[in-house]
Amino acid sequence: MGIETKLGNLGAVTTSLEKAVGWSRTRAMWPLLTGLACCAIEMMASQAADYDMSRFGMELMRASPRQSDLLIVAGRVSRKMAPVLRRLYDQMPEPKWVIAMGDCCSCGGVFNNYAIVPGVDEIMPVDVYIAGCPPRPEGLIHGILTLHDKVMAEKLA
Amino acid sequence: MSEAEATLSALKQELEQRVLDSIEFRDQLTAVLPPEAVVEACQFLKQRGYDLLIGLTASDHWPELPRFEMLYQLFSTEKNSLIGLSVRLEGEEPKVPSIESVYRNANWHEREVFDMFGIDFPGHSDLRRILMPMDWEGHPLRRDYPLGYEEVQFTFNYDEIEKRKKYAKD
Amino acid sequence: MSENQMEISVDELRGLVSERALEGETMILNMGPQHPSTHGVLRLILELDGETVVNCVPDIGFLHTGIEKNMEALTFEKALVMTDRMDYLNNLGNNLCYCLAVEKLVDLDVPPRAQVARVLLTELTRIASHLLWLGTHALDLAAMSVFLYTFREREILLDIFEMCSGQRMMTSYFRPGGLWRDLPQGFEQAVTQFLELFPERIREYESLLTENPIYIERTKGIGVISSEEALEIGLTGPNLRATGIPFDMRKARPYSGYEQFEFEVPTETHGDVYDRYLVRMEEMRQSLRIVRQALDKLPDGPTRSNNRKFVPPPRSELGHSMEAVIHHFKLWTEGFSAPEGTVYVPVESPRGVLGCFLVGDGGPKPRRVHFRTPSFANLQALPMLSRGHLVADIVAIISSLDPIIGDVDR
Repeated sequence: MGIETKLGNLGAVTTSLEKAVGWSRTRAMWPLLTGLACCAIEMMASQAADYDMSRFGMELMRASPRQSDLLIVAGRVSRKMAPVLRRLYDQMPEPKWVIAMGDCCSCGGVFNNYAIVPGVDEIMPVDVYIAGCPPRPEGLIHGILTLHDKVMAEKLA
Repeated sequence: MSEAEATLSALKQELEQRVLDSIEFRDQLTAVLPPEAVVEACQFLKQRGYDLLIGLTASDHWPELPRFEMLYQLFSTEKNSLIGLSVRLEGEEPKVPSIESVYRNANWHEREVFDMFGIDFPGHSDLRRILMPMDWEGHPLRRDYPLGYEEVQFTFNYDEIEKRKKYAKD
Repeated sequence: MSENQMEISVDELRGLVSERALEGETMILNMGPQHPSTHGVLRLILELDGETVVNCVPDIGFLHTGIEKNMEALTFEKALVMTDRMDYLNNLGNNLCYCLAVEKLVDLDVPPRAQVARVLLTELTRIASHLLWLGTHALDLAAMSVFLYTFREREILLDIFEMCSGQRMMTSYFRPGGLWRDLPQGFEQAVTQFLELFPERIREYESLLTENPIYIERTKGIGVISSEEALEIGLTGPNLRATGIPFDMRKARPYSGYEQFEFEVPTETHGDVYDRYLVRMEEMRQSLRIVRQALDKLPDGPTRSNNRKFVPPPRSELGHSMEAVIHHFKLWTEGFSAPEGTVYVPVESPRGVLGCFLVGDGGPKPRRVHFRTPSFANLQALPMLSRGHLVADIVAIISSLDPIIGDVDR
């Protein structure tokens, strides 16, 4: 308050540190390219022209886990794939978030058998769950915006 | 007489007593063979023009005996004709000679049948698990293997399942 | 689960890779399950001599879902839901294959309107699948604008599917006996609009890729296979047609009324990546021809069989007919029973021959359902196709074979 009145039109903005960090984290969050199954097709559709995700900062998907900060698990996680996913999650640097897209990685989905891990939250902590089989691209975008709200509200200490 | 019927009678002549039976169900012909005669029958059919192996699988009839049934489907691209073979196997140590030497694409199909049912294929070049992880025990598609069902969490049993269900903390 | 199962010791590879690898002359590289261009979770163990591939061992099973075992625990009608999720780009085609197998097993009739509608929607699904193939194939070769254009067309098709069944992808629209519900009101206008705008779009894609010197450099002469080798290894579909053999299951053993439609089966001669691209582009045009004919031929009438032993009655009848209530109760609690016997029905999916083995045992649940999926058989040809090529060509070869890992692993 005080500094703004003194500076006037010099183009300075004051805010809290947490808000600034939250703003910078959400506006350029890069997802890791892990499409497993059918939900990956809807993820690709939401990256394409009709439902564009790059207007939310996700211009591209990084192939390497070292360069990404969001893991969108899109598709069913089988028992053979589970350690691979865990390794990918471990390789991502902090801060990192996980979105479980679709029914199969939220709770096992349509499949209730020996081969599918019932919910990726048995392997890694999940921030946002998106329901649908597969969820519409608008559903994925809503999930991402929910994650943005969550990250903006995160405390630093 | 259709092409498949003509082929079936030629197969019976070629293999004489060894063709145990022939089934016609919904216009599809299947010859029932013992395990030893499979490779010879496939070679004969390949010479007659059935050049594409279009299906290879097994089925478990437990608790009926003989327990396993191998099903083959062969297709001729010139004459557009489909013929099937069926082999019944005992449950203790089921073995069928591999037809990889006749039809090369039987390689992965037989590996899948080995993985899912435990049927051995002597003569196969590389028999190991293909769909399940390498250290998995058991053969999933057998009828006495459990489905691996997880109890569904409704509102009335929400709390009991919540105590048992494991979540990753980090 | 320990991490050791991902590391294969050199001993296990002894039979699979050449001797030079064991001495350390060539390098073994893991092109792991998470990779930007392996079309899903496919793991390749490449043996490289510099940049050239000496051998390539695919490791599949990362998406194994146990669909076949799960279908044994459900009744015939409920098991249909699982079939959408196998080859997730050809949902209606998988539904069709399974429905034909069930109808053959229980000897159920299908009314003509349902047959023509099935052909129409299956061909639209074929176009949608080829569009996505084209987008990802061009994306792998770094032509990103084609990806954005093809998804724009795919959205129009997904709108049509959503209009019919309520779901964009996992439609479960075909049921044993016909269709789930009649085609909706605006269906014919939507398909006519699509038919008008699509031929121009195909020309657009061809103008971007077919004469493009960079594309030709990267795809001509890559991944060549001869027609005898292709039949040996079990390749079917556009991959086989690109080597010169005009084998199409829709012409060889027509199903669901395909014999009434006029269309050609495109073939090429060289059997390389470029020819597979040309075959698929031409197939999109032929599918458009079939859709046009089907739209003209669409007869009026019921869209599902009347045989109340297998098909549940419409809800309007439940108010005044006791028999309808009994049928409804039996079908939704226990399900209809199938006779003992085995059937096999092959159909043509956009990837090749999709076959369904269905073994009935007299009860309401199938004893064994097995799908002979085209991607599983096509992927066996990968080591043969990739010997002697560079690592960058492997990407082009995999995408030209068009594997869908949900189809491979089921």
